Amino acid sequence: MKVFDDFRSADVVKRVAEKIARLDLKQPVRLMEVCGGHTAAIYRFALPDLLPANVKLLSGPGCPVCVTANDFVDRAIALSEISGITIATFGDLIRVPGSTRSLADARAQGGDIRVFYSSADALDWARQNSERIVVFLGIGFETTACTVAATLAEAVRTNVRNFRVLSSLKTMPEALRALLGAPGVQVDGLILPGHVCAVTGSNEFDFIPREFHIPCAVSGFEPSDLMESILILCRQIKDGEAKVENQYRRVVHWEGNARAKAVMAEMFEPADMLWRGFGRIPQSGLAIRTQFSDWNAANISVDVEPMREYPGCRCGDVLRGILHPTECPLFGKACSPENPRGACMVSTEGACAAVYHFSPVQRER
Amino acid sequence: MRSFIKKLFVENFSNAALNSMADAALLEFSGKQLAFTTDSYVVKPLEFPGGNIGKLAVCGTVNDLAVMGAKPLALSTGFIIEEGFNIAALERIVLAMAETARAAGVQIVTGDTKVVARGEADGIFINTSGVGVYPLLYDLREKPVVAGDALLVSGTVGDHGIAILGARGNLSFKTSIRSDCAPLNGLIADILIHSSGVKWMRDPTRGGIAAVLTELAEEFKLDLLVREKDLPVRENVRAVCELLGFDPMHLANEGKVVAVVESAEAEKVLKTMRAHELGKEAAIIGHVAAIGTELVRVETEVGGVRRLQRPAGELLPRIC
Repeated sequence: MKVFDDFRSADVVKRVAEKIARLDLKQPVRLMEVCGGHTAAIYRFALPDLLPANVKLLSGPGCPVCVTANDFVDRAIALSEISGITIATFGDLIRVPGSTRSLADARAQGGDIRVFYSSADALDWARQNSERIVVFLGIGFETTACTVAATLAEAVRTNVRNFRVLSSLKTMPEALRALLGAPGVQVDGLILPGHVCAVTGSNEFDFIPREFHIPCAVSGFEPSDLMESILILCRQIKDGEAKVENQYRRVVHWEGNARAKAVMAEMFEPADMLWRGFGRIPQSGLAIRTQFSDWNAANISVDVEPMREYPGCRCGDVLRGILHPTECPLFGKACSPENPRGACMVSTEGACAAVYHFSPVQRER
Repeated sequence: MRSFIKKLFVENFSNAALNSMADAALLEFSGKQLAFTTDSYVVKPLEFPGGNIGKLAVCGTVNDLAVMGAKPLALSTGFIIEEGFNIAALERIVLAMAETARAAGVQIVTGDTKVVARGEADGIFINTSGVGVYPLLYDLREKPVVAGDALLVSGTVGDHGIAILGARGNLSFKTSIRSDCAPLNGLIADILIHSSGVKWMRDPTRGGIAAVLTELAEEFKLDLLVREKDLPVRENVRAVCELLGFDPMHLANEGKVVAVVESAEAEKVLKTMRAHELGKEAAIIGHVAAIGTELVRVETEVGGVRRLQRPAGELLPRIC
């Protein structure tokens, strides 16, 4: 699209890359992004190839599919086996392995599992198929959560009684607090998720420099955005500073989107949430408020198999930035996009899938 | 899928013609050479902007022969029809086949029809096989690919993939994107007549040009370099890819050819492609950088270099 062209100018990107190089940082610099969109853009445009060797980019827990715990997939599969229930899901989740099966396996075994591009589409389908109970699988961060909240509010308002949401929706600030406080995690700068910040506001992340003294840049998703954010972080590191700078000013306001936050607050309340790789993080999830429990699929009673992880899968370490995807013993061998063992290999936004598809190579000199 | 095919079919049927896993088998018969190929068509929906399953069934098989450097002569066709299938739709499909075969200068000389009970097939499946004489002009296999050879594509990539996605109603918006479905034997004959520098050709159908280029790199142990900025992609296809997180290089085409051409002949072949109705947006998209490494690299729009992988699994949209 022509609108992107200015943000993809090879000249602009090259100039920013030169500025980063001229800072001449001597120490190793580990910058983490926490958004699947950033992961995908960084590898697709091969940005690591344009950075000095000591500036490393890590992917944190920013891909919604990747941080979805096995027990959520297991519960969805168990629900799909109840007669009369249709599972409505985003496409990315279909192939994510649960403890023993994926939703794709459950579909092949006869489960009615349908892919939708948005929760609103799933609600429309529920309206047209009133004999089915439609369970929408709500995964994602604030960016997606506000749209699910709006759909849920619409279902309540128009009294669509056969629509339910199974929420594994997550919020980013508490997850980052848990991540940055976890042992073994080494992050020198954070590339903050632009679209999450568009909803929450950048001020929700002010605690990071304050509590952890880590530089932050709210970033857009085009190559020049990301390179500029990397420059911002490298400058702060060079100057010994730590603050939240907003590179994505064309979209993100410091106090966020009031309407989106209001509908989320109306429908959801903070709850403890299980994250793949992190375990239970207090108050990092969104549960459906009790007054809307008729629309909450978590209330459907069903036997769920005991949760277990694939032996040797190290998605958790990848999500914490401790392990590079290629350092996982399963990477490209037992685990590939064709036959994923861990969630990070499924979504195009997963760190392992991004590295697998777009692995950087030595450029021609 | 490729490893499954190799293990099940190639290992069990093993013979020289099959083992090369080319788009068509080359057979020698009392001093004459024939190219022979087959393909089954199960596209959904059966009718889409720019074509239908019938047109596709003729183009696909004609193109598999043409890219081998053969002259397509005749096709067979087999229909598997679900009981109760709409007769008017069947007529449209058959008329499209007849028209496309005429345009491609091939005859459909034998066929078979089976009707199965309702629910035992999804509307209609079509198989076509094709034979052609080899070579049309010269034996491509006698021209080794070397470092410096140019990579050409005959036009915009990804049109068919997005047209099908749109026709399935999988997009919540309307697009005007039409499938590029077309027989390529005319365009290919033109470039072979005008230049003796063509060394290798494939039509980038399922898996897109990513699949074709990785196969090329694998077959001849090549290091290929593709420049993303030179890749022809329609604005609207690019827009859909941006929205859904697809790489145009992974999307199917049904009327494009990727060619390896001797560097000194590349401009001439490009000019010939562009002079043809189906090749107006042809481009030189890269070159063979080295021999021996089996790697496809992409120089991205912003100048970084990364590996191009064969697409794996279903194409799934991003969720945020």
